[in-house]
Amino acid sequence: MLADKDRIFTNLYGLHDWHLPGARARGDWDGTKELILKGRDWIVNEVKNSGLRGRGGAGFPTGVKWSFMPKQSDRPTYLVVNADESEPGTCKDRDIIRHDPQKLIEGCLLASAGMGVHACYIYIRGEFVNEAKRLQTAIDEAYEAGLVGKNACGSGYDLELYLHRGAGAYICGEETALLESLEGKKGQPRLKPPFPAAVGLYGCPTTVNNVESIAVVPTILRRGASWFAGIGRPKNEGTKIFCISGHVEKPCNVEEAMSIPLRELIDAHAGGVRGGWDNLLGVIPGGSSVPVIPKSVCDSVLMDFDALRDVKSGLGTAAVIVMDKSTDIVKAIARLSKFYKHESCGQCTPCREGTGWMWRVMERMVKGDASVAEIDLLLDVSYEIEGHTICALGDAAAWPVQGLIRHFRPELERRIKEYREAASRRAA
Amino acid sequence: MSNVNDTPVEQPASFAFSPENFAKVKAEIAKYPPGRQASAVLALLDLAQRQHGNWLPRAAMDVVADLLGMARIRVYEVATFYSMFNLKPVGRHFFQICTTTPCWLRGSDEVVKACERKLGIGVGETTPDGQFTLTEVECLGACVNAPIIQVNDDFYEDLDGPATERLIEALRRGETPSPGSVVGRQTSAPAGGPQTLKDLSFTGDKR
Repeated sequence: MLADKDRIFTNLYGLHDWHLPGARARGDWDGTKELILKGRDWIVNEVKNSGLRGRGGAGFPTGVKWSFMPKQSDRPTYLVVNADESEPGTCKDRDIIRHDPQKLIEGCLLASAGMGVHACYIYIRGEFVNEAKRLQTAIDEAYEAGLVGKNACGSGYDLELYLHRGAGAYICGEETALLESLEGKKGQPRLKPPFPAAVGLYGCPTTVNNVESIAVVPTILRRGASWFAGIGRPKNEGTKIFCISGHVEKPCNVEEAMSIPLRELIDAHAGGVRGGWDNLLGVIPGGSSVPVIPKSVCDSVLMDFDALRDVKSGLGTAAVIVMDKSTDIVKAIARLSKFYKHESCGQCTPCREGTGWMWRVMERMVKGDASVAEIDLLLDVSYEIEGHTICALGDAAAWPVQGLIRHFRPELERRIKEYREAASRRAA
Repeated sequence: MSNVNDTPVEQPASFAFSPENFAKVKAEIAKYPPGRQASAVLALLDLAQRQHGNWLPRAAMDVVADLLGMARIRVYEVATFYSMFNLKPVGRHFFQICTTTPCWLRGSDEVVKACERKLGIGVGETTPDGQFTLTEVECLGACVNAPIIQVNDDFYEDLDGPATERLIEALRRGETPSPGSVVGRQTSAPAGGPQTLKDLSFTGDKR
């Protein structure tokens, strides 16, 4: 288990003062000026060397992403922080925002200094009304203390920081949809390339990072890249907030080492699976978009990007959704299909039409009102959606269905058989 | 997105921001570079909705469009795309029940049933006295405290059927129960209290 001294989010549960004085007592804003004065290249290199991979789901190396920003720009450049936390199962950024907001604000300053950015927008999901109020208060406190704004921390570096509230749209968690939304439009993703680092907010070079990716940066820079890189397996370094929900004794958020075994994570922090480990049916290990893995895989899998990719799933946002043997697994996945149907922005035909089609078929699969051939048809259609849309929502809608068919096909076939037998009994 | 309003609603003839809200409108616009004032559209629509009893009439959209120099159709597009804009009147207590898989696994069906039983209305309906509207929403982002209802701005967490009924009774009495976990959990910590972060000297980051 990760030692408390290696935990970054020391106020994860909100037991302590979230205001600036409390945050400072916990070590935030300690020596920030000196970190900025070490220079842009030093900041980016430290983050690269730390091995930090984006915490929003895709896992792209954060330092490398930052290095894509232009060294010289005659246009403004922007940092946009993605706080549109909406991936089912995920509720970690909410805790950072309401309990450790100064870590996020300090991270915005250091990341901006690393990229030569002087304006930063934090895009927070609209439903987080109380969280937005708190973050705005924290931003105001940082401004009043001279930590951000002109000559931030006395470093000579200027950063203006703004909070922008969304209004209810999962798709705005996709970075280019988020930029569209920030510009005052419907949140419909843009084609890439050009990537935001070249053409982003208002057509200017922009980097979009997840809240957790930004909020860990001050601690990484203070303690050193090697400290962070010393936790977890190679290429999967660092600590991570895991959100453990569903059929566990004690659902919770917890910051743990990357690469912790899934079973240890659930047993040590969430009180174990309801009814014991042998009562486990399967786990969605990284938010609703990643495929479910059955108990046989859960027994030994490690919680990191590469280990979960190797079992055809993903770490995603590290939102661990646990399902015990009482779960109607087909219904659980069908509900996710309904989610993606609801959240498709409607721009690309395969996703707009395909998510609705998959949901309708899935609803029949729940009852068994289908033919066995339709299982293969459903799988085929999911592959026609995956990879054929502007953004990854199409993929995200396809993967849960693919995971279900991969691991629970006998259950689907059993339902179809029973439904047919019942129908023929009724007819007889 | 399925936020299209297809039932006719009696629309007010006009809308104007209150002086207090107009000051907020100006502060929102000032967050964005000159010429980029359209960025404030979500904030302005939210302010208008709050001022207008939690729903957004067409007259308010037109005022927002004119203030931001946007074509009105662009504002209508935005107002119908995002799920938080109510295009018809809602009850004083606007119940948004999360039923996405993490909440469903923890019993959101019971929460929905409790609301329907206690309020005598179905999902998508408003009580005749205009006090309660019941809606089903997608993931609210508090999954380790599932199941959840958002009532106006506040999240009520760790619910079950009886706790949901008690929440409704309290609101009917005119009380505002404190938001968060209804079973007294410390935010997202495991039930019974945190098992980590107990050994902190708060000097970890100090060099």
